[in-house]
Amino acid sequence: MSQAVEKITEYHDLDGAEMLRVSDLHAFYGESHILHGVDFDVKRGELVTLLGRNGAGRSTTLKAIMNMVGRRTGSIVINGNETLAMKAHRIPRLGIGYCPEERGIFASLDVEENLLLPPTVRSGGMSLDEIYAMFPNLYERRRSQGTRLSGGEQQMLAMARILRTGARLLLLDEITEGLAPVIVQALGEVLVKLKSRGMTIVLVEQNFRFAAPLADRHFVMDHGRIVEEISAAELPSRRDELNSMLGV
Amino acid sequence: MTMIFGVPLAVFMGQLMLGLINGAFYALLSLGLAVIFGLLKIVNFAHGAMYMLGAFATLLGMRYLGIGYWVALLLVPIVVGGLGMVIERLILRRIAHLDHLYGLLLTFGLALIVEGTLINVFGVSGSSYPTPAALQGGFQLGFMFLPTYRAWVLVAALAVCLGTWYVIERTRLGAYLRAGTENPALMQAFGVNVPLLVTLTYGFGVALAAFAGVLAAPLYPVSPTMGSSLLIVVFAVVVIGGMGSILGAVLTGLGMGLIEGLTKVYYPEAANTVIFLVMILVLMLRPAGLFGKEA
Repeated sequence: MSQAVEKITEYHDLDGAEMLRVSDLHAFYGESHILHGVDFDVKRGELVTLLGRNGAGRSTTLKAIMNMVGRRTGSIVINGNETLAMKAHRIPRLGIGYCPEERGIFASLDVEENLLLPPTVRSGGMSLDEIYAMFPNLYERRRSQGTRLSGGEQQMLAMARILRTGARLLLLDEITEGLAPVIVQALGEVLVKLKSRGMTIVLVEQNFRFAAPLADRHFVMDHGRIVEEISAAELPSRRDELNSMLGV
Repeated sequence: MTMIFGVPLAVFMGQLMLGLINGAFYALLSLGLAVIFGLLKIVNFAHGAMYMLGAFATLLGMRYLGIGYWVALLLVPIVVGGLGMVIERLILRRIAHLDHLYGLLLTFGLALIVEGTLINVFGVSGSSYPTPAALQGGFQLGFMFLPTYRAWVLVAALAVCLGTWYVIERTRLGAYLRAGTENPALMQAFGVNVPLLVTLTYGFGVALAAFAGVLAAPLYPVSPTMGSSLLIVVFAVVVIGGMGSILGAVLTGLGMGLIEGLTKVYYPEAANTVIFLVMILVLMLRPAGLFGKEA
């Protein structure tokens, strides 16, 4: 059964290049048409956010990149590879880590098994020791059943799990949802560390105050499209405009 | 002579032993069902037919190809398991996205086809398969006579059950399987080839049934209907133990075999129904099964 984990895809860093380019992406769940031509790009080492109201298509955009929705059309280029025709299990092997909104901690596995579960997709991932140094709570609870952790610890676990794999592009869906402010702050510090390690991050966030100081660029989504792009520099002058778009 | 509740000790122990042997088969078969149900969510009604194919392949292998028992013990599970993989890949996968009831109906139909074909060719009467030379005879334990082959069946079945439990609960591959059972889509998003895992899992479950079939060949008459009659009891065992628990499947299998054996000693008329009585009781008191998780 070891074939279930296939060999690591050869992969070369292209400095300063585009890590991800999504063009005219449409996605469908059965008959329902969810994404209506999404266009955006993410450069290596950048942290971008996908902002928008509930149902704007932010989570679906991440899922579509991972080939977890029904049908997709358009183009998704990851590090120079067109992935639209790729099987779902091949996409992570381009060096992508996906952290789902519902966290996806496995109840039948303990914390350490959860951490070790995702196969290595690239060399250069964090070691178990480094991960435990970054998330000390997880070390203390490494023998606990995954779903017995607190919400914050589960979120830490869901993130830590994809850092081990060597992924260089992280797709993080609503990682601060429902968490206490002190945990949200800790997650912010983790993101800063990951960025300084050169990770490229796409953050789907509801909590704009969390995302604002971290991101290089913000993409605002509405009705399954990107409707606005705002760089970190433009943010102070366009704050009111953004607030009205997000309905806050 | 020592008596236990008015029954001679040798008779009592003899029946208990028979019960334990039956229990070992229940355990092997319900284990395979549990593994398959876990990942595919299919109630594999073809399981009895695969068990029967295991026994038949052993018999025909000896008759036409001169393949002995020991080789069959290794080869038959691989061949029948391979057939299982083909079935999964070509047939079951096409209906994987439908209601799981379709899987149940499809495997039931497959079982009927396999059984009917063999009945057509070989008839329903059973053939006997010789006990391998190395396992003939038995041990006189003082309180009872233990045939070597029965002791071997018990040891082999338990070893395979334990090995399966170990792989699933303690290894990385087992972790993939458990995680794939819970959330296959996320496992794909981690880069695990879940469709391949599904094919291999179905093949493995079927191989377990075939292994039980090889063990059964020298013990029971080999006939095309040997699987379907056993499968009904095995489903009752699975209901009692609760779907999805590996250890639960094994323990319940052995336990139900013992209860059946005991009933044979004290009230033989009920021996064939006692498991179903237990099933009704369990369903009333603990609908998720003894080892199942409450939904």
